[in-house]
Amino acid sequence: MSEKYTTRERLKIDRQKMSEQDPQVRNANFAEVNLGLQEKVALLEAERCLQCRDPKCVSGCPVMVNIPRFLDLLSEGNLAGAAQSLLSDNALPSVTGRVCPQETQCEIECIRGHKGLPVAVGYLERYVGDWAQGHRDQVPMQVAPATGRRVAVVGAGPGGLTAAGELARRGHEVTVFEALHKPGGVLVYGIPEFRLPKKIVEDEVSRLEQAGVKIVCNTVIGRTYTIQELRAEFDAIFIANGAGLPVFMNVPGENFKGVYSANEYLTRVNLMSAYQFPRADTPVLLGRRVATVGGGNVAMDSARTAKRIGAEASMIVYRRTRKEMPARAEEIHHAEQEGIEFEFLVAPVEVVGNEKRWVTGLKCVRMKLGEPDASGRARPEIIPGSEFVIPCDVVVVAIGTRANPLLTATCPELKLNKWGNIVVDEQGMTSLPGVFAGGDIVRGAATVILAMGDGKRAAAAMDEYLKTAPRLSRSAAVAV
Amino acid sequence: MHEIIAKQGLSPNVTRLDVKAPRIAQIRQPGQFVIVHLAEGAERIPLTIADADPERGTIALVIQAVGKSTRDLVALEPGQAIAGIAGPLGKPTELIEKGRALCVGGGVGTAVVHPIAQGLKRRGIPVHSIIGGRSREWVIFEPELRQLGEVTVCTDDGSYGRKGFVTDAARELLAAGGIDMVYAVGPVPMMRAVVNLTRPLGVPTIVSLNPVMVDGTGMCGGCRVTVGGQTLFACVDGPEFDGHHVDFDGLMDRLGTYREFEQRASQACEAGQCRVGLH
Repeated sequence: MSEKYTTRERLKIDRQKMSEQDPQVRNANFAEVNLGLQEKVALLEAERCLQCRDPKCVSGCPVMVNIPRFLDLLSEGNLAGAAQSLLSDNALPSVTGRVCPQETQCEIECIRGHKGLPVAVGYLERYVGDWAQGHRDQVPMQVAPATGRRVAVVGAGPGGLTAAGELARRGHEVTVFEALHKPGGVLVYGIPEFRLPKKIVEDEVSRLEQAGVKIVCNTVIGRTYTIQELRAEFDAIFIANGAGLPVFMNVPGENFKGVYSANEYLTRVNLMSAYQFPRADTPVLLGRRVATVGGGNVAMDSARTAKRIGAEASMIVYRRTRKEMPARAEEIHHAEQEGIEFEFLVAPVEVVGNEKRWVTGLKCVRMKLGEPDASGRARPEIIPGSEFVIPCDVVVVAIGTRANPLLTATCPELKLNKWGNIVVDEQGMTSLPGVFAGGDIVRGAATVILAMGDGKRAAAAMDEYLKTAPRLSRSAAVAV
Repeated sequence: MHEIIAKQGLSPNVTRLDVKAPRIAQIRQPGQFVIVHLAEGAERIPLTIADADPERGTIALVIQAVGKSTRDLVALEPGQAIAGIAGPLGKPTELIEKGRALCVGGGVGTAVVHPIAQGLKRRGIPVHSIIGGRSREWVIFEPELRQLGEVTVCTDDGSYGRKGFVTDAARELLAAGGIDMVYAVGPVPMMRAVVNLTRPLGVPTIVSLNPVMVDGTGMCGGCRVTVGGQTLFACVDGPEFDGHHVDFDGLMDRLGTYREFEQRASQACEAGQCRVGLH
């Protein structure tokens, strides 16, 4: 805490705002919506932190970032110190500063939120993370002496990259296997450029590579190599291959041309740059009216993407109300600003098509909220006789994913739960000794930060495990 | 990077590329495919592994140049390279343990039938292959299949082998009896015609489907097909399925999703705006 302000003065500082692209301009481009903070604004916002003795924000964070410490250093203008502090807790601050639901994690716990607005922890995390990228020489990764242990990480998404960074820092030799042609996982195929620029992900990945992490793309574990083959080659393995198979609605007409899973829609636009067709080779159907089914971040990303690639109308169809939407508050707010239309308390019952099997509409029923279900949210009930059709030519289904069976089907020794997710103990270890797992393949569809938390915890547990694990005599079967 | 080791034109628009991919060459099984990603900005294209040479570390990809992406691929020359090849993907073919097999290949599908015939031969299963094309120059993989068993060649115009469709020859062979399993790969109408022949005879028939695919690892669901009323993903559940239960109309329809885009890409290509990768 700098000594420029007394606590009284500190309490008078209002939460700083982040400037944004104008909604009516940005809904037609893919540049980032949030424009970041100026240095003096960031320093002022950091002064708002009261440096609580028992900081609740830290326990709200899935990776336990020591928030008061990095804010203290930041408020003093010690950016290198703040960056060093933040990076020692969180391997991907530029990512989480942009995509974490701060309002339900760190910021909801902030004491300043009791009377006014909480400290903008997310904005500041982003600020310091970005600063660290621009000043890499001032925040070198401190790598422990080599341990001679080889570790494999399956999946270069947020969970895998976090674990890779943590393991490399502890002196282990890390190889990350990625199925797609580019590292980043959901950060590159799922989350759009306007929310998380690909450059940010590339920078975070290159920081890891600089620290000695090897990333091997186009390698599908479960197909190119099995887990058992990796076990012969690596002292420990972390599986973070993510969510898999998209869930469809299971309604008539779902295979008409114009129905996408959100995974496919977003992958085409983000990973494959379909919005640049024909400059990029992968096409995507440009709907005039696009209906996206679902209420999470993935649904918001899809609806906002549809608008940006030229939809005259982009609609969210959600069976509960705004209040129950699982998306980040900021994403819902941004979507509203950009002119996304919301159909609340509505559930699809059929995709309507023409004689050539192109989508022409989404037949829905109206819902009302009943008693709370197992998740504690009110259970939506159909209002009889309320059928109506939303005219549209593209439908994007964003209602979740199931576990991908590719890896687990070729490793029957891995214990799974009834949904096909890998079962782990408190340490993150699977039923196979030395094989750990985390992220969506364990949790089912969750968030970037929860996957990162799993990666961080598993890396610590793997490090412990490696202190006593037997050394392998390697067969050199896995050529990387 | 995967270097092109050899290139061979097989028919007026079908090219064989032998490409370095040592791991895949070593472990691939009949029926499996790879996802090929030529360069940044290129499409991810699923291609069946038509053959492999584990010692040389190469796999054979047989490509029908129908659109911009496939034309970019066949424009590669030996010494050039493909940025990414992921695989082997998909479930291996269910090869029969005993009895006799009939392999039916139409057009570029003949290259997909080849590894299946290889697998059968390795098991000691007698294989009869019926392959076809529009005319003589469109018939591919005949010498390779002759090494694995008997081959009947059909051409639509009678310029080589029998005149007529592969289904005509298949009908006669099936009528003679003694076929325990049929593997059919080719254009959708051909596969549908073959299963229509085998269904009343009760001869099990496996077909290999080629729906639109993006990631190839079960993530996008673009390759969904309806089999026996169930929605399945060709990349993880297939690409081979029980032909008697495949909804061919649905497959055919979804294959037409991007026709307009394909035309635009081809036109841009012909107008000299063709390039490899994004610059």
